[in-house]
Amino acid sequence: MNAQEKLDRGLLRVDEAECKGCGLCIEACPPKVIGLSEGLNHYGYRTAVYAGRGCTGCGICFLACPEPGALTVYRAVLKRPVAVDRTLGGQSAGGGMACASN
Amino acid sequence: MREDVADFTIAHEKAQSFYASYERKGELQHQTHYCPGCGHGVIHKMLARAIDEMGIQDRTILISPVGCSVFAYYYFDVGNIQAAHGRAPAVATAAKRSRPHSVVISYQGDGDLSAIGSGEILHAANRGENITVIFVNNAIYSMTGGQAAPTTLIGQKSTTTPCGRSAANEGYPLRVSEMLATLEAPVYIERVGLGDNKQIAQAARAIKRGVENQVKGLGFSLIEVLSPCPTIWKMSAVDAQRWVRDVMEKTYPLGVLCDRTKEARVHAMPAAAPPLEELPRLLDIPEDDPAVDVPEGAAKAVDLQVRVAGFGGQGVLLLGEVLAEAGLDAGLEVSWLPSYGPEMRSGTSNCHVRISNETIDSPMVSSPNMLIAMNEPSLRKFVATVRPGGWILYNGDAIPADCVRSDVHELSIPFTHVADEIGDARITNMVMLGALLEITGALPQASVDSALKRLVKSARWYELDERALERGREIYCGSLAVI
Repeated sequence: MNAQEKLDRGLLRVDEAECKGCGLCIEACPPKVIGLSEGLNHYGYRTAVYAGRGCTGCGICFLACPEPGALTVYRAVLKRPVAVDRTLGGQSAGGGMACASN
Repeated sequence: MREDVADFTIAHEKAQSFYASYERKGELQHQTHYCPGCGHGVIHKMLARAIDEMGIQDRTILISPVGCSVFAYYYFDVGNIQAAHGRAPAVATAAKRSRPHSVVISYQGDGDLSAIGSGEILHAANRGENITVIFVNNAIYSMTGGQAAPTTLIGQKSTTTPCGRSAANEGYPLRVSEMLATLEAPVYIERVGLGDNKQIAQAARAIKRGVENQVKGLGFSLIEVLSPCPTIWKMSAVDAQRWVRDVMEKTYPLGVLCDRTKEARVHAMPAAAPPLEELPRLLDIPEDDPAVDVPEGAAKAVDLQVRVAGFGGQGVLLLGEVLAEAGLDAGLEVSWLPSYGPEMRSGTSNCHVRISNETIDSPMVSSPNMLIAMNEPSLRKFVATVRPGGWILYNGDAIPADCVRSDVHELSIPFTHVADEIGDARITNMVMLGALLEITGALPQASVDSALKRLVKSARWYELDERALERGREIYCGSLAVI
């Protein structure tokens, strides 16, 4: 991914082993930035892939996805002097973040 | 990847209320067992998120159902009880009543909730239990391969409605939420769908509200979710989602069906069950009830298997009850089983009594060693069942010739005449009981007295019964003298 994509308001990570390729996230995505992979995963599914441009971090794909952890949605942090937990694997830092989907 | 997202923070991720890995089959510990595009996963996510947001993970009890969502306990890191088919709302009731502080969520599909469990959900709703019910309606039995459910749409094909459901043959689709909304108790019932983004967002709000209502103690909430089943519907996940929106919703319109959250008061929990020590008082059992212990060694093996039979109203059940109660008082194992059949509505009636110093395996007495037959039809019905060496007490002059058995003892006396002489034909049963007690010699008179006192409240009848018992004993002894 190049520097320009960092300017996206959101970012999507797909857990390939968990995604079953149902396509509901693709259908749900408002800016249409998710597609299906060319190759198959370990279980024989074509999985969701983030096209890499235009994600708003709205989280609608996350709600539409039937797997609990197949998708993780990131949102750009505004450059403000606010301490934000940037640990990715840890607890959700979403406490102060507005959530577009609900 | 990590460097790429260094300027990003997580907005949506797997809810904490899910286990990090699912302890199910070997390598499938990171994904659910649901088919691709199944609505259950989506609903699970909404529910888990609601639990996270309210910070109630540690006090949530999920009632896992039968059906596709049977394995919910693999996924939700909350307390869990697995309920039998259809019983989730009943199990939830018990969980909530015994742990009022817990947040109890009953989760069921339509086959479970609207077919075998239709009674349970109806009454849990009608009692206004302070629980949250998630009702996943996909209009079909999915786990067992697609038979019609009560919620199957008119015209919808299934393995049991191959030509499409018809109202004439299978009835109309059951609108559970509408039905429950007619009740007075439920606080909040809403039907939502997973047909598109807007519907999904609304479903998430409704589920959260349903859980919130319980946390606030407002009462019964049910959220019905119209949910896609791509596999059984034989559609792609996206088409199934569309079918929810375009077809299912016509039969099951979305919306709030009942909302009394504003006027609802905090749900008053039913009074706690009385402590165990209180029970004797509540059941009117005297505190100083003298349970006589059978002395060690001196105890002779008691195995009384008594069948008492007669016409309804002859005191058949009471006879058995006094006998069993006296056995209880004597420190023995007892069982008393009335036979409520159509015969109770005129005709013969009977009860089974077992008294033993061993644990009783079954309360049934199919081959008695003691038959009390208060009239001829009862004698004829049971005479063949008496064990060789057993006893028949017959209320009549003599056992009819065709009923005579050479391998059993018998005592035939018109006991009713004896009762008449004492003062009332209605104590025939006690005269016969007196004879039985004398024959067996297994129960002390003190136990019989205290049993009778507990069961017969009227002093006059108690006194008459005591005399009847005594007379019965004498009759048996007298019959021996004659022999």
